[in-house]
Amino acid sequence: MSDYSGQSTQDNAPQSASSGRRESFWGELTDELDDWLRIELDGTITAFSGKVELGTGTRTALSQIVAEELDVPFERVHLVMGDTNLTPDEGYTAGSMTVNSSGDALRQAAAEARRVLLKLASDRLDTDSSDLVIHEGVISVIRDPERTASYAELMGGKQFACKVTYTAPLKPPELYRVVGTSVPRIDIPAKFTGQQSFIQDLEVPGMLHARLVRPPSSTARLVSLDGNSIKDVPGVVKLVQRGNYIGIITEREEQAILASQQLKVQWSESPSMPPMADLFTYLRAQPTDDHVLIDDGDVEKLIASSPKQISAEYHQPYHAHASIGPSCAVADVTKDHATIWSSTPGPHPLRGALAQLIGIPIEKVHLIHIEGAGSYGQNGSDDAAADACLLSKEVGRPVRVQWSRQDEFVWEPKAPAMVMQIRAGLDADGNITAWDYHVWSPSHVARARFPGQLIAAQLIAGQPAPVGRFSFGAERNAPTNYTLPRQRVTVHYLTHTPLHASSMRSLGGAENTFANESFMDELASAAGVDPLEYRLRYLDDPRAIDVLHAAAEKASWHAYPALRVKQGEVFEGQGLAFARYENEEALVACIAQVQVDPSTGIVSVKRIVVAHDCGLIINPDGLENQIEGNVIQSLSRALKEEVQFDEFRIKSVDWDTYPILKFSEVPQVDVVLINRPTEPALGAGEPSTVTTAAAVANAIFDASGIRLRQVPFTPERVKAALQERFPESRS
Amino acid sequence: MPDQMVINVNGKPHAVQAPPDTPLLYVLRNELGLHGPQFGCGLEQCGACMVIFGREAKQSCKMTIADVGQTPIITLEGLIEDGQLHPVQEAFIQDQAAQCGFCTNGMIIATAALLAKFHHPTERVIRESLDGNLCRCGSHIRILRAVHRASELMWGPEP
Repeated sequence: MSDYSGQSTQDNAPQSASSGRRESFWGELTDELDDWLRIELDGTITAFSGKVELGTGTRTALSQIVAEELDVPFERVHLVMGDTNLTPDEGYTAGSMTVNSSGDALRQAAAEARRVLLKLASDRLDTDSSDLVIHEGVISVIRDPERTASYAELMGGKQFACKVTYTAPLKPPELYRVVGTSVPRIDIPAKFTGQQSFIQDLEVPGMLHARLVRPPSSTARLVSLDGNSIKDVPGVVKLVQRGNYIGIITEREEQAILASQQLKVQWSESPSMPPMADLFTYLRAQPTDDHVLIDDGDVEKLIASSPKQISAEYHQPYHAHASIGPSCAVADVTKDHATIWSSTPGPHPLRGALAQLIGIPIEKVHLIHIEGAGSYGQNGSDDAAADACLLSKEVGRPVRVQWSRQDEFVWEPKAPAMVMQIRAGLDADGNITAWDYHVWSPSHVARARFPGQLIAAQLIAGQPAPVGRFSFGAERNAPTNYTLPRQRVTVHYLTHTPLHASSMRSLGGAENTFANESFMDELASAAGVDPLEYRLRYLDDPRAIDVLHAAAEKASWHAYPALRVKQGEVFEGQGLAFARYENEEALVACIAQVQVDPSTGIVSVKRIVVAHDCGLIINPDGLENQIEGNVIQSLSRALKEEVQFDEFRIKSVDWDTYPILKFSEVPQVDVVLINRPTEPALGAGEPSTVTTAAAVANAIFDASGIRLRQVPFTPERVKAALQERFPESRS
Repeated sequence: MPDQMVINVNGKPHAVQAPPDTPLLYVLRNELGLHGPQFGCGLEQCGACMVIFGREAKQSCKMTIADVGQTPIITLEGLIEDGQLHPVQEAFIQDQAAQCGFCTNGMIIATAALLAKFHHPTERVIRESLDGNLCRCGSHIRILRAVHRASELMWGPEP
């Protein structure tokens, strides 16, 4: 009973061990049980995760996993996250990996602890562990329920002092009572009542405030600085200038803002940005480091000899993470010690970079994660932490740095602009003969592990951001999950990026899927086949087929020929997209229903249906929340977002110059969850981001006959495409 | 000593140390220790800093304390009465209407002001009233659901 007799532990062990350790590339996973769990004397469980809460509900989901595996009430689990003195190094919270990697590690640790506790109870109660049962952290003898021992009694405040072996029996999913239920988010009540929740709310005794005076662009040089210009601003503690780096430290926050606005400073700028109008030609012309991911051979020849050849090129502009709260950090740096509070997604790796930046041994640097506004990848949080460290060191007191809205828009690393080109041959029946995919992109990862990767260090030294140490992310979902007769997939990694770029939700997954799934639609159209039927021709994974059918059923998919109905003055249409995230993670099918108004060019998305399979579901409501968020954010990116710049600088500096989707533009979103309790739990923070743009582009095509191959689908682009497609019609 | 102003926040007078041209937001957060209103842009573009100003939901990031005068201010914290959450807060919790929750202050404040005026606003009116409140996580659908729920909690089902 308590040892789940009949459950094979061997079946679970290898898979879990590998998935639990797959993140070791990013962190240094420990297999000491005490590093993961502690049984407190009051019977509460303290669990430790090196991952952090990014506003996605992982604190709740991970606590559910621990409570389930240890058989304790959910409320009794206290999870410590992202504190370099307390938690394991789990690298970065990224890639939708928290539930499957940290969740798996905690599940294994909890299972190990449960096994140890059962052994201790069996010794104390003098009975075989198979005669024991566990209920709410109390172990009792099945035939003599008066004989009990609680976890707290058994441990007596001691440590486990043993390893996580990845061989302890795991609870079979059919016995789950906490996992799989919609436990409300732990963090939400505090956030809705104004209790201190965010890094922006932190106040450390003796803390000073600081704002930055950033150059107008990353290559600008300081010409002159007039410190007298702020001499009438009260409360100025120190004006810090090192190279092109300027920060002002004051007693009160509004003084720092006033001083940063009033400071007279002159910069010289040089034209260092590519022409925005020719961005994609420019990107294609840059030196690249090419990686052929798949080459089945003869792709060129097969395409050339096919009766029909189709090719298309898709464009993705720079996007901003655009966190709703600009980055903030607090640091207290003394001569030989530093404490840093930051909303970084990577407490351990950032700690190393900051230790070097301020010249304090890493073991004397304590980094504590505190939640910030949603970041969706690498926003300004790591760089704000560097600013806080440098400025605190200047005054030997704790300093809180708050970036301005403009600081965040201009200085956060952008999601890279990309070019995707696909060619395919079709035979006489419209079947694909060969598929040739090319993507041009810089690396999607430039997270700070070394001081030189931090903006503050770059400004001080007058050096640009270094080239990434490795290229990563543009290959994500470049290959499709379709069974194609012959294919070639090539990633052309740009060796430099004109705008500083780093990770944003799904890395290249969204852009590659926009291209792949738009192109599948183009092929279906060329073949005269219903887009759903056409995709099903190339899918043999039953889970993929299931998500497509589930979405089609929910959305009442109209089989080809195209819907293309005119309702009064607007066209209506439907579009489909499918992907398996990273080719082996969650599966998503998305259907968009849109209206296109030819007179204004406005695309109104009325409804989006997503069918989603991420294996075992930990928290259905939390999952649905993530999917809705992915859909709305990716729709905002597809319809509205594009970072503006001229030859000198970034021009998207606020919400007027970088608009995002508003309430009146949000569609109905219907989510179909497919739960697979016997499959591993896969992450859900990103997968449903990748399908939206293609589904909408395909729906626009279905509605109006125009094919938009460049994000975002603005009214101007829609009108221009309609004009080109139907030159005789007057709109 | 700068001119000392007294402002009325959450039903109590507060003497303010900051100069009169200081934006209300920083006084609320740093002097009064209120963490409901958030700094999102400082440009009155996003709504994260909203407070109830008299009876209206207003952004507090540019409004100076001189502008405030004697008009009573209610913040997210001030919606709680005798330890009881405001129905809008209850509804937002029941619908789990957030992801990161940074914008939620503005959402709850704007909803509380809206529902005080219109007991059963239409979906369209709700969306238009919340258009000045930006959410980057994409929690809009839950927020809309929570507004409808709050309307019912406060005023009963739509007649």
